[in-house]
Amino acid sequence: MLEIGLGHYLTVAAILFTLGIFGIFLNRKNVIIILMSIELMLLAVNINFVAFSAELNDLVGQVFAVFILTVAAAEAAIGLAILVIYFRNRGTIAVEDINMMKG
Amino acid sequence: MPMAQVPNWIPAAPELFIAVMIMALLMFGVFQKHQSAADEVRTAGYVSNLSVTVLALGILITIAFSGDRVEIFNNLFVTDPFAVFTKVLVLIGAGVTIIMAQSFLVRHKMARFEYPILILFAVLGMMMMISANNLMALYLGLELQSLSLYVIASFQRDDARSTEAGLKYFVLGALASGMLLYGMSLIYGFTGSTDFVQIAQSLSKDAADGPGLGIIFGIVFILAGLAFKVSAVPFHMWTPDVYEGAPTPVTAFFAIAPKIAALALFMRVMIGPFGGLVAEWQQIVVFISMASMLLGAFAALSQTNIKRLMAYSSIGHVGYALIGIAAGTEAGIQGVLIYLSIYLVMNLGTFACILCMRRGDQMVELISDLAGLGKTHKMLALAFTIFMFSMAGIPPLAGFIGKLYIFMAAINAELYALAIVGVLASVVSSVYYLRIVKIMYFDDVTDSLDRPVEKSIGWILTLSGLFVVVLTLIPGPIMDSAKIAAASLFAG
Repeated sequence: MLEIGLGHYLTVAAILFTLGIFGIFLNRKNVIIILMSIELMLLAVNINFVAFSAELNDLVGQVFAVFILTVAAAEAAIGLAILVIYFRNRGTIAVEDINMMKG
Repeated sequence: MPMAQVPNWIPAAPELFIAVMIMALLMFGVFQKHQSAADEVRTAGYVSNLSVTVLALGILITIAFSGDRVEIFNNLFVTDPFAVFTKVLVLIGAGVTIIMAQSFLVRHKMARFEYPILILFAVLGMMMMISANNLMALYLGLELQSLSLYVIASFQRDDARSTEAGLKYFVLGALASGMLLYGMSLIYGFTGSTDFVQIAQSLSKDAADGPGLGIIFGIVFILAGLAFKVSAVPFHMWTPDVYEGAPTPVTAFFAIAPKIAALALFMRVMIGPFGGLVAEWQQIVVFISMASMLLGAFAALSQTNIKRLMAYSSIGHVGYALIGIAAGTEAGIQGVLIYLSIYLVMNLGTFACILCMRRGDQMVELISDLAGLGKTHKMLALAFTIFMFSMAGIPPLAGFIGKLYIFMAAINAELYALAIVGVLASVVSSVYYLRIVKIMYFDDVTDSLDRPVEKSIGWILTLSGLFVVVLTLIPGPIMDSAKIAAASLFAG
């Protein structure tokens, strides 16, 4: 039987985190996908925290994970609100159209 | 046996006071009757003035309850002279930028009472992260600050540029928070604690065989996240766009308070939990410091928009401040604190000048719009000249003293290359500061800016101008308190 240890959890979390970062930078279509990628990064961090918490037999990691979930919800709400006012002004949320200022 | 005891909350009195007052102001604003647009403007004015009062009282409370290092709330929260010093800087910056914003907001039909309240929320977050003694407290303070800043950046919600600035700031800020968190999770896993003191102990215990790979990765991710928040190269790309797109008083606020708070956090994290690993992070900080100074100097040369120019200027200033952190010594931290106090005043003055740049009640933002200011607005041009000379670091103005302390610290820490790059970048950057002076005095007037300068802005210009000129004569108070503050950071 394969035993699932800390290393496996950390690997999954690292892969998810990398996918999140690539999702932000390589995505050329839609801002909503960026929001999803940000969420993916935060959840990868949560896997890390919970795995470490179980490994160390210490509750702090799980408390931290709950705080991250709460803040992520607030962050998503604010992100969507900004996206809505942006859409009202420009009529599009395609990533390549976010270019009024060069950069 | 009582079930629980009231914790010692006295050291957190400034934060508690501001938090309670935010709620009160929010209630006040919501329950006002708004029958016409004039009512809204009036409420916004009340709340704005009350917020400034709250911030002023916050400064008094912060100073009144200052003392030696105290840890409270299960060691999640710490106050020491370092926290008091940086908190006072943040409170001054926020208060003055609220005053500067008042007439701008009315003119641009965005005078809503939420604006000063959002600034107060951001300030509360900054104070919490300055006082954080635990990764969890740090994260919550940082997010309270960041989430408020995203909303403030897109406050002009019917303007495409302001909303675009908010969107860009949000996406990159969230990315930075993610990286910071990933680093925190690694540090927690490999040291077994989120408490700064315990992390430092655990790291010094296995100092003999050097830190493991997990710790190094954690520090690198945390550094990357913090570099984003202070807008240091290579994580600076959001700064010019956000500074250009956001409404001008918001840009002023962004350039001052969050920068000071994030640099304070940078110092606390690097000197506190990771103080024993200076050798590991020093080269990274040296690199981002050099890159920020050079980019700030060279990229600003070709700018035509004054707000974009100020963005590159602030990237350069962060580079100078990072020199002091790279030194990792008490003198270095003292230098950074002095630099930040001077940076605060110079930027308040410069942005007060930029807020005067309007023609027919519309803001103009091009550097060429300043042509002939020396003939049409003598006092404004004089103030602008003083701030530009000070930013360039020309003696005997305040900016020179700030740079002097930083470079001295770098040389004493034997970071010669860093000091040399700093001086060269400073020479290059004086080109674009002096170009503004040249345009004001030697170019022909095309179309005069509006007159007269508002009274409140005039006062801000006078006071900050005096500070910049007089500091060389009486540097004592700031030097001494910065020295005490820097010493307290190392004592913890």
